[in-house]
Amino acid sequence: MNLLAEAFDWIFSPDRLSGSSPLPAAIALHLLYTFIAVALSAVIAVPLGYYIGHTGKGRNAAIAISGAARAVPSFGLILLLVLVMGVTQKPLAATIAFVLLGIPSILAGAYAGLEAVDRRVIDAARAVGMTEWQILVRVEIPLGLPLLIGGIRAGALQIVATVVLAAYVTLGGLGTYIIQGIPLSRYDMILGSAIVIVALALVLDGLFALLQQVVVPRGVAAGRTQDIRATSPRRRAVVGTSLQERKG
Amino acid sequence: MSAAPNGVMLTYWQVSIRVRTRNEPPLMIEFRGVSKRFPDGTVAVEDFNLVIPSRKTTVLVGSSGSGKTTLLRMINRMVDVSAGSIEIDGESILDRNPVALRRSIGYVMQNSGLLPHLKVIDNVATVPVLNGVPRRKARQDGLELLDTVGLERSVANRYPSQLSGGQQQRVGVARGLAANPNILLMDEPFGAVDPIVRAELQQETIRLQRDLDKTVVFVTHDIDEAFLLGDQVVILEKGAKIAQIGSPREILANPANDFVASFIGAEKGKRSLTIQHTDHGSILIDSEGRPQGVLAAGPGE
Repeated sequence: MNLLAEAFDWIFSPDRLSGSSPLPAAIALHLLYTFIAVALSAVIAVPLGYYIGHTGKGRNAAIAISGAARAVPSFGLILLLVLVMGVTQKPLAATIAFVLLGIPSILAGAYAGLEAVDRRVIDAARAVGMTEWQILVRVEIPLGLPLLIGGIRAGALQIVATVVLAAYVTLGGLGTYIIQGIPLSRYDMILGSAIVIVALALVLDGLFALLQQVVVPRGVAAGRTQDIRATSPRRRAVVGTSLQERKG
Repeated sequence: MSAAPNGVMLTYWQVSIRVRTRNEPPLMIEFRGVSKRFPDGTVAVEDFNLVIPSRKTTVLVGSSGSGKTTLLRMINRMVDVSAGSIEIDGESILDRNPVALRRSIGYVMQNSGLLPHLKVIDNVATVPVLNGVPRRKARQDGLELLDTVGLERSVANRYPSQLSGGQQQRVGVARGLAANPNILLMDEPFGAVDPIVRAELQQETIRLQRDLDKTVVFVTHDIDEAFLLGDQVVILEKGAKIAQIGSPREILANPANDFVASFIGAEKGKRSLTIQHTDHGSILIDSEGRPQGVLAAGPGE
């Protein structure tokens, strides 16, 4: 209990605003690394996930690779990349490691979002004369957005927790206090910065949860609240007669 | 006065009237030796030949596995033929761009197939907007289509999930008509609504066909629906083999074989009614002795 109080004392001490590594600056840097890594992951994973989700090609490979990638230890990956790329390339090595960490969740969110769209809706869109691109942009992406945001949410959480490791390769961020604190046995400092990281992750998660609610298409949300026989649109997709069955 | 695709346009002081002329396109659809083999090896359709007459309703009727939906979806190239050809007014559809072809043919499906994230009016306006009509104009035209299919204009700004099944189907029909296609494909459009609403929608379909004069191809497994709506009824056996083609009258009067007889229910006596006179009028009873209707005064009486 005492330790916890000391940790909070450390966080709220006026000293945190001055010195060589002030807390607000560390938080800002931590968030910046997180943002860059999430953005780069999304740039890679979203188009790839949409391609897989729309065409159904490469789905099994994507599942296998992203499943394996989740199991890769981030710390080991950073050290390996630093060794391979050279000590001067530390920032790049760390960024690559964080991006790789974020890709599986975002990729899964992107293709799962497209796969969850009712096949009959897509079939109808095609039958009235939409091109494949129009089906993707006007139907699949808006309807799949909540699941994509869910994927980005999971990826961002993992990255924000892992950016702590940036400090190991002297890049700063909130991990700095932990690394400095360990040899000094400054447990208030270690626990204090850990609490800040957890708080940061919770706030980030809350913001994404909010965003996930906002991006649910209005028609879909309307059906959810007003239809008394409410079934979620996703479940409807599974229960309904599939095209194959109706092909007769 | 100017030539228009479907006759002659008479224009006077911004008022245009379309006058149908005798030499306008017949809008006939013709299947020639059409086969469909799916990648898994199943043969859904083999050497299928059929002429679908213009500006009439042709109903393809059969049980599941008869290939009726496959045949319908071949017309707008949602399913491509493995062999043979399909022609609209003598022009092969295989030469046409599938997307352009689909935009020129109305399509109404079971469960309406509306886009859940778009308002009713934007669902109706989908095809005109794809064709480059300004959104405002497409919406304006969409409101008139809601009138045409018997919906209140107040539903325009609601989402499909807020409508009843019957209303959704009407919106589906409005969307099918939005680009003013000459051909309308209807794939079991009333299969998922309750019997009362279905009867209503069937009457609306008859009225629409009379008013709009389209070539309608309608798929159903319900023989009563087929007889009600069809000018030409095509009864399909497994593998899209045609058991009989004819008007409802011809088929009822003279079923071609046992399959047709059993399909239309003639064999069980469901179709043969006898008159029983009672004190209050004449009723019609079936072979089981159950009353099926009342004998109304004929037109000559």
